[in-house]
Amino acid sequence: MASRNPYEVLGVKKDASEEQIRSAYRKLAKRYHPDLNPGNKEAEARFKEISGANGILSDKDKRARFDRGEIDASGAERPEQAYSRYRGFAEGAPGEKYEYHSAEGMAPEDLDDLFAFFGRGGRGGGTMRMRGADQHYSLTVDFLAAINGARQRLNLAPDRSLDVTIPPGVRDGKVLRLQGQGSSGINEGPAGDALIEIHVAPHPFFRREGDDIHLDLPVTLGEAVLGGKVMAPTPSGPVTMTIPANSNTGRVLRLKGKGVKRPDGKSGDEYVTLKVMLPESGDAELANFVREWAPRHAYDPRRGMTP
Amino acid sequence: MIGIDAVMQLIAGLREAELRHWIEERWVRPEPASEGYLFHEVDVARIRLIVDLRRDLAIDEEALPVVLQLLDQVYALRRRLRAMSEALDAQAPEVREAVRARLLRFTGEDEG
Repeated sequence: MASRNPYEVLGVKKDASEEQIRSAYRKLAKRYHPDLNPGNKEAEARFKEISGANGILSDKDKRARFDRGEIDASGAERPEQAYSRYRGFAEGAPGEKYEYHSAEGMAPEDLDDLFAFFGRGGRGGGTMRMRGADQHYSLTVDFLAAINGARQRLNLAPDRSLDVTIPPGVRDGKVLRLQGQGSSGINEGPAGDALIEIHVAPHPFFRREGDDIHLDLPVTLGEAVLGGKVMAPTPSGPVTMTIPANSNTGRVLRLKGKGVKRPDGKSGDEYVTLKVMLPESGDAELANFVREWAPRHAYDPRRGMTP
Repeated sequence: MIGIDAVMQLIAGLREAELRHWIEERWVRPEPASEGYLFHEVDVARIRLIVDLRRDLAIDEEALPVVLQLLDQVYALRRRLRAMSEALDAQAPEVREAVRARLLRFTGEDEG
């Protein structure tokens, strides 16, 4: 391809200033940048020509050599692009990571919406029966409701709501499909489904790991040293638990079957980690006692920690 | 996949602080790795695009997110359009012909 005169390509005069050249290049680049013109082959060719021309004219030395006729317009053309343009990726699967997300982290429209779009489009409408689009929602569920199951109202639109049955033991991220609760079908096609992504809110003291529940349980110094019965919360209500005498912070006790109920009828367990708590305000009597006691009962809880 | 140092060597005129800012703004989304980031080809191409937008097209930081967002929408639509065309290609010839005729009517090319 014979190269055109770079001054012509950028549409500037022979004596144009650097600033005039820069501005002419900018104007053309804005219009013809290939990534801004996906699917337009002509834009790509034009842009190549424009960058080539700019490559000569924006470089004082090259411009002077061109003016003296030492190089021609093609001689200084930028080498063929050695890298792939963004649009090549963006139009395929790799581009999905930069999917446009509308506000509030809503799920990107999927293909169904495109069909809905085509179905709506238009003049007179078609006669094809089409299934309505699926609609995506997210629903935040209380920690305990997710374990024990519940019914919860979900507002689909200002004038439409849906009572959703939360199955017992549901996990964070689970998607419930409610058939026929999505967009209405087109030309009497069936309605789409409502897809509801469940988010489980954290609990102030329960943690869930699989089907097990974990809990840190504060106990008094007396309970830790002498043992005894204490009340421990579980997702299905408080239970009485026996603490063995001489239980340290970190001791884990298991409450069998007090975890999350599984669909097969079995249940996970609750693991209670004890945490020994001294009286909140310093206790003079306790301090006096320990002052007497400690020197006669020395023990080293840090043995083995010497590096 | 390559690390941030390799990206810096690949793209002339890119400053690391600038790239880190773009990552913070989520305009570029490399994979987090144990030490820094890992960039896929699409990420490198996107960085080149942003460099072009900032330098050659003189788009400032304020306007950049608007441009990127609109571009992301254009490319998302083009991906869907491509999926649509592929689905159409898999149809029987008479279905393809019927759709084509219908589309021509929509664009008004065979009217009048």
